[in-house]
This record gives sequence, structure tokens and C-alpha cells, in this order.
Amino acid sequence: MITASLFDIGLAALVVSVAAFAIVVRDTYSAVVAFVAYGLLVSLRWVLLHAVDVALTEAAIGSGLTGVLLLSAAARLRGGGAPEPAPPSVRVRALAAACGVAVTAGLVGAVLSFPDPAPTLAAPATEALPATGLGNPVTAVLIAYRATDTLLEKVVLVLALLGVWSLAGDAVWGGRPGAKQRADPDGILAYFTRRLVPVGLLVGLYVFWVGATHPGGAFQGATIVAAMWLLAMMAGVADVPPVARPDVRAILVAGAGVFFAVGLAGLAFGDAFLAYPAAYAKALIIAIEIAMTATVAVTLTLLIAGAPERTA
Amino acid sequence: MPFVADLATPGGALLVLAIAVPAIGVLAAFALGSRHAARIAIAVVAAGFALAVAVAARVLADGAPLVYVLGNWRPPLGVALRADGLAAVMMLVTTVVLFFVALFARADFATPAGVRDARAPLVFWTMLLAILAALNVCFLAGDLFTLYVALELLTFAAVPLVALDGSAETLRAALRYLLFALAGSLLYLAGTALLYGAYGTLDIALLAGRARADAATTVAAALMTAGLLAKTALFPLHLWLPPAHAGAPAAASAVLSGLVVKGSYFIVLRLWLDALPAVITPAAAQFIGALGAAAIVFGSAVAIAQPRLKLMVAYSTVAQIGYLFLLFPLAVGLAHPEATAITGGMLQVASHATAKAAMFMAAGLVYAALGHDRVADLTGVARTLPITVAAFALSGIALIGLPPAGGFVAKWLLLSAALATAQWWWAVVIVVGGLLTACYVFGVLGRTLATVDPPPPRGAVTRGREAVVLGLAIVATVLGFAAFAPVDLVQVGRPPVAGVPR
Amino acid sequence: MGDVTLFGVAGAVLAGLGVYGLIASPQPLRKILALNVLGTGVFLLFGVVARRGAAAGLGADPVPQALVITGIVVAFAATALAVALTLALTRAAGSASLESDAPAVGEDPGPPR
Repeated sequence: MITASLFDIGLAALVVSVAAFAIVVRDTYSAVVAFVAYGLLVSLRWVLLHAVDVALTEAAIGSGLTGVLLLSAAARLRGGGAPEPAPPSVRVRALAAACGVAVTAGLVGAVLSFPDPAPTLAAPATEALPATGLGNPVTAVLIAYRATDTLLEKVVLVLALLGVWSLAGDAVWGGRPGAKQRADPDGILAYFTRRLVPVGLLVGLYVFWVGATHPGGAFQGATIVAAMWLLAMMAGVADVPPVARPDVRAILVAGAGVFFAVGLAGLAFGDAFLAYPAAYAKALIIAIEIAMTATVAVTLTLLIAGAPERTA
Repeated sequence: MPFVADLATPGGALLVLAIAVPAIGVLAAFALGSRHAARIAIAVVAAGFALAVAVAARVLADGAPLVYVLGNWRPPLGVALRADGLAAVMMLVTTVVLFFVALFARADFATPAGVRDARAPLVFWTMLLAILAALNVCFLAGDLFTLYVALELLTFAAVPLVALDGSAETLRAALRYLLFALAGSLLYLAGTALLYGAYGTLDIALLAGRARADAATTVAAALMTAGLLAKTALFPLHLWLPPAHAGAPAAASAVLSGLVVKGSYFIVLRLWLDALPAVITPAAAQFIGALGAAAIVFGSAVAIAQPRLKLMVAYSTVAQIGYLFLLFPLAVGLAHPEATAITGGMLQVASHATAKAAMFMAAGLVYAALGHDRVADLTGVARTLPITVAAFALSGIALIGLPPAGGFVAKWLLLSAALATAQWWWAVVIVVGGLLTACYVFGVLGRTLATVDPPPPRGAVTRGREAVVLGLAIVATVLGFAAFAPVDLVQVGRPPVAGVPR
Repeated sequence: MGDVTLFGVAGAVLAGLGVYGLIASPQPLRKILALNVLGTGVFLLFGVVARRGAAAGLGADPVPQALVITGIVVAFAATALAVALTLALTRAAGSASLESDAPAVGEDPGPPR
């Protein structure tokens, strides 16, 4: 691989052009549609970079769920009939362009100055795998070597959701997010959804389960489960639960809670916080991943559903 | 090297608890609802203070940093927690301020009788705990990516506090704050990508030993610093701060202004002093110092002109943040840097955290009593709220830097470091900033002391709440006596001569 | 490693485009979109770093990959919060403009407490 192939150059040019279109096009809805396409192209880049776990995450969350969020927001803002603000002045655009060019130039200079051979942790990450009972080194980084990051990121998700909920009016606090979907529960969409959702849930569980040894895992599986739930909501087959329900709150903190419990047990009885004794490593990691998948699936769904708007 | 790279020390488990206790508090408060959240928050903040004292005592006794290796996975593959003197001081300051704010906020964020879960109390108490957890990660994490997650925790905890009242004005302030903060995080993250690409590690201690002054490292340092300055609201990236800090409820403003901006500031300190001193040039240190000086002059001048008390106090934060950056030209990139400048800078952090939190709470009580906070109409308030005005005066004295307040010792240390390193221009900035601060502090005090009859009403302000605010202002005042401490906690774990390129 | 350098340049260009859009777009939703473009650009830099670190039989260094997965989840949470704030601002103010046309916070009576 001395030179980039024509395909690589073409894909890079396409990704950059679609991103540029999404940034500069006047109409916001078109921009968001372009962004979703951009996300899928970026996922393809990740496959080419031999990072299939990331490609799955990018396709599911970075492009898919983010796209759903932005599309529904664009639709709501357009429906509101709010006037589009005036385009930026030449001075603002010049400043923006100067900042953008500076960032790009700096990053290109830095990338070109990277040392050869590149430093890497691939070898230690692989050598330590047997101690975790896992076969997928990316999962091992997330659940074992750098488990603290993953644990704190679960707390980030709780805070983001509470932040979204905090925007509700006091009158509807504790109620259900979003407007009720008025789709016909006996219509073709509902029929289709009832057939598809069970299959989708199975696929989600499968992606979660194989994550231990193959690309996949808790986030990716959870995203598929969340997508099925969103589909069921849109078809009027299922609804979002009221946010005050104690069992909903319990599921939302389960992922981080189980993670902390295992971590502190390690501190009290084992070698260290978040150290898994070799004999139980696999079982403990599976317990954490099950709790995390449930929490992430519900959190992602509720993050998209938004602030409560209806009383229970 | 400031740290032992990868050996856990006895007592390192304290560092885990300092993060886990408030984080579990967040989960418990969120799951159980606002009625329990207030009690959980006060208990956890008290426990956090005990842990901070234990960490500080241990660091002082050992004369060396505490280290803990998470999951027994040593860096560079794993992540270590480390507490040196800087971290111990920050933990103490954070928990003290949070404790007073929590006592103050009980009246504002009580859950109504017969309700299990109310919106504003749940959000306030949960986010207060999240800020403690996030700041402790900022102070203790030895890994630049873990620090990225900590920055995001801090942002997600802080932004909802701004818009608690749901008005268009505060929602706009919160959104602008969030956009600034997210842009800052991503620039920071870009820098971590470059550092990993160049060195194969994000561990601060390992980076300190490996860092070279090449293109990747320089660009990384520039991007990360720029991102962190946007989050710290250093001039000219301060635009988001005044509306956000002035629009939030008083207890939230106290935490946002006193503590939250110090989280990202502390990471700048870690980068410049510990991780990447190899790429910090004297010119860069002068530049960041100049931004600090501009912040001092601009922020103070705008504060003087503010018609509303809370906005005045918010612009004062823009100015006081400037002082924090004066330590860089005095302590970094010089052949003979002044280690005392770091002590002065940290004392300024502690002084501003306590004094500004007290001042915002005092402003909140004035608002609660009068129903407005127009500076022009504060005449005679000292007769109605003597304790509150006394608290305002003490915290103002700390901000100006008059003896015996901690702010005096802080500025005196910075001033003597400026003279010792023959950089008289920073001394001028420090003195001018003090005079400008005196203008707006005494402008307000003079009005409140004016005699008019009848005195303004006192609203629903209780003596107990006034006493809490005065208590924190007294803490800001007695900080000056830290100068007489036999050992300088700040310097524990610092290399003998900071900032000399390795 | 020509292809990897190409990906690095593409990531850098995407990051720059995101910065441009963040500053130049007047609407919050477009700023949020620009932040996501900036984010993917930064993530691709991690991808380049990971690919350059291919060793020990792995096609890419797993550590930067894991960092990106954490980063994508955090970026999604940030997007959700920003979108919710934009919608709430539109409800409260009638438009999602970040420029306040109402009197500045300094002049109106301001929020309670």
C-alpha cells in the first residue's frame, strides 16, 4: 500500500463533498438528509480502516440515531414556521473560514509528522486478552483495560437524559415524552412493525452476544433494540413510559450501578477497583454487559423521545 | 517527572472512593427522586470533604503523590488515578464550597410536601453531585482521554442548571454555553488523537517523559489549550459566560462561577506544567498571560458598567479568571521559574472559588429580599440585610486582594514572582486589576450603606441563610492564613524546578 | 501507507468544515450538525492512528477504536441535549435564534432568585 487507490481517493472526495454540502446548503432539511448519507459513507471509511466495531457504532448511532434526532427536529422547526435567520455576514464567514483552515492545516501538519513505525498498544492489548476471557480486543479495552471511561460514560448518559427532561414544563413533569403517535394500530405500518420488531430484537441480542469475540457488543446491540422500540412507537404499537416511573429510573441506572457494584467488590475483596478475578472474569463481564445493554437501549430511546410533554 | 508512573501507593483507594461516592450518589438521587436527592447530596458532599481531608493528609504525610492503578491495568494500557498537592487542594476547595452551597440551596430546592419527585429539585441536587464527581475526576485522572470524559460530565451537569427556570433568555444562554463547551471538547479530543498517534499513550506521566517539541505535539497542545480556554471562558472566548452565570438560580451560579470553570482550567495546568512542558515556549506563556491580562482589564471595566448585580458579579468572574492565567508566564518556560507562582495561582483559585460563590449567594439573597437586583436601587440594603452585606463586603475584599484575605496572599505571591522574574508588566496588571475590582465592589457597598428611610423590605430571607453565606465569605477571608502553614501542600509532587524543558 | 495519510487529510478537512459551519451557521440546528461533522473528522483521526498501529495480527490498534466508540456515544448524548434545548428555546421564544432580540439580560428584570 504505497499509494492510495483510486477508490480510496474517490470515496474521500465524496465524503468531503457531502459534508461540505450539508454545511453550506441553505435548506436545513436538505442539510440533515445529506448528513445522514454522510454518516453512512463515514461508516464505510471505518470498514476500510479495519475498525468494524467502530463502523457498526458509527452506522447505528453516529449516522442512524443522530439522523433520526436531527430529522425530527428539522421537521418540527419547519412545521413551526419560524423564519430562517439572515445568512451570516462576509466578516463572520471570513472568520469562520480562517478558523476552519487553521484547524485543517494544523491537523494535516501533525498527521504528516507522525513517527514511523507508529506507536501501538495492539500487542499488549492482545497479550492481556486471556485474563479477561474475551476474544474481541476492542471490547476488552472498553470493559477491562479502560473500564473506567466506559463506566463514567454511562453516568454521562444519565446526566444527558436528565438534562433533556429538565426542559419539561413543571405541569407535565414525570409524564410521557413527545406527542402521542396517531398511527392506526391496525394499519399496514403496525402490521409490518409487529412482524419486524421480534426479528430486530433477536438481531440486537445476537449482535450484543457475539461482541465478546467478534465485532459487536453492548452499544451496537442496544442501538438495534432502541431502533426497534422507536419503530414500534412510530407505528403506534408501543408508547414511551412516563419518566417518573420507579422501574424506568431503575433500568436507567442499572448499567452504571452494576458496573460500580462489580468495581467496588473488586476494591473490597479482590485485587483492585474494576479488577476481575480470572475465575469469574467472564461471568462478571457478561453481567455488566447485560445491564449496560438494557440501560443503553432505554436511554437512547428516551434521549430521542425528548422532554416530557404529556401527563401520565 | 512529577509522578511515579505505574505503582499504586497505600491509600490510593481513597482516590477511587472520591470519584465513586459522588457518582453513585448521582445514580441514587436520580433513581429515588428529588425528596431523597437533597439528603443524599448533603451527605455525599460531607463524605467528599472527609475524603479530601484524608487525601490531603496522606499526601502531606508522604510528601509524595498518591497513585492508584484502576483494575490493576497499568498505563499505558490502563488508566491511573493520581493525587498530588495541586489535586488535594482542589478537592478541598471544591467540597468546602459545595457544602456551603448545599446548605444555602435547601430552601430554594425543597421538594413540596406530598410530592415524591419535583423537577427543579431533582435536577439541581443530582447535578450538584455530578459536578463533584466530574471535578474529582478532573483533579485525579492521570489519563488525557479519561479527562475528556470528565469534561463532558462537567458540561452535562452544568448546562441544565443554567436553564432551570425555563425562560427564553436562560434557554438561549444554556444553548450557547453548550455549543461553546462541545466545540471545546472536540478540539481537546482532536489533540488527544494526535498525542496518541505520536506517543502511543495518553498517560500524563508517561507523556511527560516522552514528549518532544515536534509538529504533532505542538498542534495537539494548541488545539487542547484552545478548547479548554473556550470552556474556561478566558477572554476573548468568554461571551457565553455572563448570561449563563447571571441567569441561573443563585445557588447554581455560585457553583458554576466558583467551581465549574476551574475544572477545565485545572486541565490546562496539568497539560502545561505536567504533560507537555517540553513544547511550551516562553512566547506561548506570554501570550496566554496577555489573554489573562486582557480578561482582567476588560472584565473589570464591563463589570463596573453593569446595571444589575448578578451580571456585575458574572463579569467579575470573567476578570478573575484572567488572574489564574498569570501564573503561566511566571512558572512555565523560563530558565528560572518561580515555583511560588504556582502556589499563588492555586491560592487565587481557592480565593475566587469561595469568594465568588459567597458573592453570588449574597446577590441571590438581595434579589429574594427586594425582588430585583438593580445596582442603582440598592440604597439602604445594609440596614435590611446587614449579614448579607457583610458577606458581600468580605468576599469583595477577597476579590480585590486586601489583607488578610486569601486573595491578598495570592496576589502578593504572583506579584513577587513577577518582580523576581523581572516581568514588571504583570505586576502592573495585578495592581490595576485590584483597583478596578475595588471600583465595582465599593460602588455597590457604598449604595447599600446609604441611609434612606424607610429601609427596603426583607422578603423571605432567613437569618440562617444569611449566616451560611457569611460563613463561606469568612472562609475566603481566613484563607490568607494559609500563608503561615508550615508546609506548602501545593508543592507536594512538583518537580524541583518546574517548567524546564526536559 | 498512502491510503492512511489520505484518510488523515480527509479527517482534517472534515474537522475544518465542522469548525467553519459551527461559526458561520446562524441556526442552532445547523451548528449542532456542524459539531457532528467536526466530531466525525476527529474520530477519523483516531481511526488513522489506529490503522497505523496495526500489529500483533490486528488490522488496527484496538485502543483508539475503543476511544472512538466512547466518543460516538458521548457525541450522541450531546446532540440529544443540544437538540432538546433548541426545541425548548423555539417553544419559549418563537424562534431558535441565538441572538437575543429581546432586551439583554442586563436590562430586563431577569429570572427570580
